[in-house]
Amino acid sequence: MDLASAKMIGAGLACIALVGAGIGIGNVFAALINALARNPAAQVTPFAFLGFALAEATGLFGLAIAFLILFVF
Amino acid sequence: MALELHPLEQFVIKPIVPLHIGKIDISFTNSALLMTIAVLLATAVVVIGTRREELVPGRIQSLGELAYEFIGNMIDETVGTDGQRYFPFVFTLFMFILFGNVLGLIPFGYTFTGQIIVTFAMAAVVFIGVTLIGIWRHGWHFLSFFVPHGVPIVLLLLLVPIEFLSYLIRPFTLSIRLFANMLAGHTMLAIFGGFAASIGVLGLLPLGLDVLIFFLELLVAVLQAYVFTILTCLYLNDAINLH
Repeated sequence: MDLASAKMIGAGLACIALVGAGIGIGNVFAALINALARNPAAQVTPFAFLGFALAEATGLFGLAIAFLILFVF
Repeated sequence: MALELHPLEQFVIKPIVPLHIGKIDISFTNSALLMTIAVLLATAVVVIGTRREELVPGRIQSLGELAYEFIGNMIDETVGTDGQRYFPFVFTLFMFILFGNVLGLIPFGYTFTGQIIVTFAMAAVVFIGVTLIGIWRHGWHFLSFFVPHGVPIVLLLLLVPIEFLSYLIRPFTLSIRLFANMLAGHTMLAIFGGFAASIGVLGLLPLGLDVLIFFLELLVAVLQAYVFTILTCLYLNDAINLH
C-alpha cells in the first residue's frame, strides 16, 4: 500500500470520531427538549449549549486530525 | 482532487514588518496584527461605551454593559463573590478570545485562535495562575483537592493519581478544544469553498452549504469563547473553594 492511499484510509478512520460527537449532541438536545417539555420555566438552555460545545469539541479533535493527515503530511 | 486544494494555507503566518534581533525573529506578523486589532476593538467597545454614561444606553454602551454583566454574573454563579477580584482577568480573556474568533470569520482574514501556541499560552497562564492562587490561599491544604471525600483508603491509591492526572491535563484539553474548533471549522469552510469553485454550476450546492456552515461557525466562535471563560471560572472555583 502506498502512502497516498494510506493517508486516505487514515483520514477516513479519524472521521469515525464524529460518531461520538453526533450521539453526544443528539443526547444534549434531546435532554433539553425533554426538560423544556416537562417544565417550560426551566432555565437550562445555557447549560445545554455548554454541553453542545463540549460534545462537539471532542468530535472535532478527530476531524482536525483527519484534516492534518490529508493536507499537512 | 481534494488534495489539490490548500485549505490550511489560511493559517500560514506571514511577516508584515520583518524584525530580527540577533537570531530571534520578532517580526510583526498577520497574527500579531489581528491580535492588535482585537485588543483595540475590545478596548474601544468598553472605553467608548462608558465615556458618556446614559440612562438609556446606545448601541456600543449596551454592548459593553452586556459583556460586563455577562461575565460578572458568570463569576457570581460559578465562583461566588470571592471570585470578583479576578473579574478583570476573566473579562479580558473573554473579550480577547471572542474578538479573535469573530474577526477570524472575515473572509481573507486570519484566525489567531487557530494557532495551538496562542491557545496553549492562554491555557497555561490560566493553569499556572489558578494553581498559584490555590496554593496562596490554602497552603499545603491545597493538596486535599486531590483526595475525594468519603472514599475507602484502598480506593484512594487509585483515585488520587487519577485526580492528579486529570488536573495536569487541564491546560491541554482547554487549549486543544479552542484550537481544534477553529482549525476544523475554518478548514471545512475552505474545503467547501474549493468544491464550489471547481465544479461549475453545480457548485451552487456546496456554496449554499458553506453559507449554512458559516452561521454554525459564528455560533461556535461565540460559544467557544464562552466555554473557555466558564471553564476558567470553574477552575478558579476549584482553587478558591476546594470542591
